[in-house]
Amino acid sequence: MKNKKNIWLSGPYLVWSAAFVIIPLLLVVYYGLTAKDGGFSLEYITAVTQPENWKALWLSVLLSLVSTVICLILSYPLAMILVRSRLSSGSMIIFLFILPMWMNFLLRTIAWQNLLEKNGVINSVLSWLHLPAVNIINTPGAIVLGMVYNFLPFMILPIYNALSKIDENLFHAARDLGANSVQTFVKITLPLTVPGIVSGITMVFIPAMTTFVISDLLGGAKILLIGNVIEQEFKQASNWHAGSGLSLVLMVFIVINMIVTSIADKDGEGALL
Amino acid sequence: MKQKLIDLQGISKSFGDNLVLDDLNLYINQNEFLTLLGPSGCGKTTTLRIMGGFEAPDRGKVIFEGQDITNLAPDKRNVNTVFQRYALFPHMNIEENIAFGLKISGKSKQYIRDKVRYALKLVNLDGYEKRMPDSLSGGQQQRIAIARAIVNEPKVLLLDEPLGALDLKLRQDMQYELIRLKNELGITFVYVTHDQEEALTMSDTIVVMNQGYIQQVGTPEDIYNEPCNAFVADFIGDSNLIDGVMLEDKLVEINGTKFRCVDTGFGKNRPVDVVIRPEDVELVIPEKGILTGTVTGLIFKGVHYEMDVEAGGFTWLVHSTQMFPVGSRVGLYVDPFNIQIMNKPESEDEEAVQGEE
Repeated sequence: MKNKKNIWLSGPYLVWSAAFVIIPLLLVVYYGLTAKDGGFSLEYITAVTQPENWKALWLSVLLSLVSTVICLILSYPLAMILVRSRLSSGSMIIFLFILPMWMNFLLRTIAWQNLLEKNGVINSVLSWLHLPAVNIINTPGAIVLGMVYNFLPFMILPIYNALSKIDENLFHAARDLGANSVQTFVKITLPLTVPGIVSGITMVFIPAMTTFVISDLLGGAKILLIGNVIEQEFKQASNWHAGSGLSLVLMVFIVINMIVTSIADKDGEGALL
Repeated sequence: MKQKLIDLQGISKSFGDNLVLDDLNLYINQNEFLTLLGPSGCGKTTTLRIMGGFEAPDRGKVIFEGQDITNLAPDKRNVNTVFQRYALFPHMNIEENIAFGLKISGKSKQYIRDKVRYALKLVNLDGYEKRMPDSLSGGQQQRIAIARAIVNEPKVLLLDEPLGALDLKLRQDMQYELIRLKNELGITFVYVTHDQEEALTMSDTIVVMNQGYIQQVGTPEDIYNEPCNAFVADFIGDSNLIDGVMLEDKLVEINGTKFRCVDTGFGKNRPVDVVIRPEDVELVIPEKGILTGTVTGLIFKGVHYEMDVEAGGFTWLVHSTQMFPVGSRVGLYVDPFNIQIMNKPESEDEEAVQGEE
């Protein structure tokens, strides 16, 4: 009886998600699987194999992977330092990392645009120092930079959480049983932080895969990611069918990623408890 | 002939402004069951961690079999530790947990399998190889932690309050288990606890510590029967701790009443601390007592009754199997052998120690 009553508590959310999640999702599926005349068609799904779309998708995967790897490499050592100093300055450093996230995402990215521009802040400083100017803006490198900058906290926090959950005595126990610091890291620290790493990867990879703002601002509309292609189909070409078809393909990547995550997380949580 | 295995020489350690250990000197003999006993914050765990290599002393040396190991990393020491909260690796099953040290040292598969089986048998958990640590009870996890440590055949096993998280019955069972293990394995145990009963039950030698200083080192009998100062007397078991004056050899005055005792050499009219264990206060009919008083409190404790007796301006704690109801007049008698006389603390450090408990 009690459980039944509790179901009603989730009513407002169910209404919300029906109106703004499920129905739009069904509409995307509908548009993606139909032609302009309204009949069933796979033409907009298979449109992904067209060279320009395929190139955009491939570039998206590549840049997202590179960004994710860079985030991971930057985050893990930092998270370890944060956990070790958790009693003293740790929360201050965490605060410094979260602080930029309170600024608007668009503003942050536009700020990077200003920094990297041909006559931007970085090149001004370089020319003042009589150094040759660098050309970063409108390159894939600039997009990766933007992704790493914007999504880094999403990698640090889950890894930090996973690390801080580990009982310090486990490290002592490993050392006590003869493992040196490298062996302790490989056999204890790393396996116990797999859930954190996996959720960090998800939280960086998925937004990086779907972004169009970063590539728009820092790629100068010359480098198209799959997100940009979809955006253009909806907004410029007003072709909802093509946009939805590509969105569905993109969704497949996200679903695969989430399945991998849930498998790894299940194992991870079982081991953590 | 007893042989010194670990020798701590002049160990000092502070964390920030907090001096935890001050010039501690202690040696541990081969094959000894030595217990570091004291209230929390007395430095016993820090001492253990210095032996294990998890803390480096600010000053002093750790000598192990004649070698200075003060700066040796934990993985290079022939010592294994059983941690307070077991610290089993949650992502490994029992077999992998126990085999951890053996795998690191590169033992053969066959050797490891035999050794794990032997260790599990030793702690009465055969057949648990494939279980995960979180599916085991606290007592079982504790035994796995011990098995994981002893398979490496350390010279010394360090145990940091290993029974602290277990319930009373299990704790008592594990005490006997540990004594049995120690006898079977023939290795040296260094045991840290704040539980005086645990210490008395298991130890060959007890080291009572307080505020970073060793108060007394001795056998359980010594520590209990001949506490060297008021802190030890108070910490080990219940006691009546009373100010007294040593009038002459073998005669002490407590609150105006003269008691015969067996201690000598304190001089005349010297203020002392007197310790009388509650089970050593005999309740007799008023005419036969040295003192007479009134029972003011009575609690049934199972094995004995615990009574408060107001007599001669002091509330005596008395343990007796004989019950006297509240309000009854009783006589108090103490056998001269059961009166323990101690010098009043002289140094400031000892004063601080007294104020603590």
